[in-house]
Amino acid sequence: MPWIDACAADDIEEEDVLRWDHAGRTYALYHGIDGAFFCTDGLCTHEQVHLADGLVMDYVIECPKHNGQFDYRTGKALRAPVCDNLATYPAKEEDGRVLVLIE
Amino acid sequence: MTPSSDARPESPTGAAHDYSLTGPSSRHAVEAGLVAAEWYHSDVPRKVMKQLMQRSDGPAIRDTLLWVALHIALAVGGIYFWGSWLAAPFWLAYGVIYGSACDSRWHECGHGTAFRTRWMNDVVYHIASFQVMRNPVNWRWSHARHHTDTIIVGRDPEIVWMHPIKLGLKALAYVGIVDAWQSLKTLIRNAGGTLSDDEKDYIPESERPRAIFWARIHVAIYALTALCALVILLSGGGWKAVIPFLLIGGPRIYGCWHMVMMGLLQHGGLAEDVLDHRLNSRTVYINPISRWIYWNMNYHVEHHMFPMVPYHALPALHAVIKDDLPKPDPSIWAAYKDMMQAIMRQRREPGYYLKRDLPETARPYLETLHAAVPERVMA
Ligand code: FES
Repeated sequence: MPWIDACAADDIEEEDVLRWDHAGRTYALYHGIDGAFFCTDGLCTHEQVHLADGLVMDYVIECPKHNGQFDYRTGKALRAPVCDNLATYPAKEEDGRVLVLIE
Repeated sequence: MTPSSDARPESPTGAAHDYSLTGPSSRHAVEAGLVAAEWYHSDVPRKVMKQLMQRSDGPAIRDTLLWVALHIALAVGGIYFWGSWLAAPFWLAYGVIYGSACDSRWHECGHGTAFRTRWMNDVVYHIASFQVMRNPVNWRWSHARHHTDTIIVGRDPEIVWMHPIKLGLKALAYVGIVDAWQSLKTLIRNAGGTLSDDEKDYIPESERPRAIFWARIHVAIYALTALCALVILLSGGGWKAVIPFLLIGGPRIYGCWHMVMMGLLQHGGLAEDVLDHRLNSRTVYINPISRWIYWNMNYHVEHHMFPMVPYHALPALHAVIKDDLPKPDPSIWAAYKDMMQAIMRQRREPGYYLKRDLPETARPYLETLHAAVPERVMA
């Protein structure tokens, strides 16, 4: 599978998240505090809520609906009411673009 | 505000008054597309929202230190003046600080928005859960459901105004006897290892052992309190045997009036089964002392629309979206007048609710119920 060009790197502020819809699916792209980029499923694993409306704190994304939290680097569920981990996808920055590898 | 004659039609299943989470109302809510649906949100630019959502420990540490200090000072005053009428104001105030302020601390720390630091939220959450006599596990999940399906009959386990409304019971809530007794019974049942069908409906299986564990801790503390009272009584302390109960557990009865006063306003007289918090929640301007006790939950429409915004930023959020919301009631008194008129009418006219006028600047109420829920991504 090729890397997919998702957006410009400066479309996402540092310590923030952006919704990215691709091929009928929705994802969340993160610009971490270390400058690196990350990608997870776009919807929370508790209910079908877009994480991109949530809050990024360090390496944590907090869901806007019930404040469940995930580590967006690993997808690990950190705080109830989320119990299931979030799927993650490799992401990187190249020439000012954010690329994502969707299997 | 003008009450609307726009009465909600009765459920075709005739199940409008079945508030259980496993009965016909629940099935009706699913069929009507009211479950985990897409709700109306006022427009807030992402940059502004990001600012409003920012967490900090400062305000909640300040408020918690004051809260703890008040507990100590008022309890010391109450005990020091024991036997004189001078003790009464100390106990009355202690009751509110324990039995009412606990509700907002439970609520905000349950959302995890009070403090930025997670363990601080958790510690205050557990203390406040104990004070308000709520199983910290059950209520975390019930409150999540309350936010998913706010005032959706058959789904929301936290509907306070159930139709037909029993006004006598509501009045009794101010002294907390019935509620405290029910809560205690629930804790004892949970401590015995039993969860009700409704509880099983919203608590995932993996969390149930924790619910039982915490219920046992709470019941053990109450048992210890009773033991202290007994020891005082047996050692000739007379009326002093009441003190342990005034300190622990009792405030849930004699000090809960402020929590009840504010809690009843949150959704009373407003709509059931809608997907727009402007139709089922109420924002009220209140005095600064009540706001401190209630941690700004008087901005209730704002809180439901954006639960990520911490209590200390709710006034700022209100300023940003108020042109899209019905005008807030100007005082607790005015809100009660409005609410009670609607409640009295609801008693005669099932399906009626108070539909407040929106300012011209606002987008119309969301009337469509069958909003699309996005497809889940399967990885
Ligand atoms: S939908 Fe994300 S925490 Fe509930």
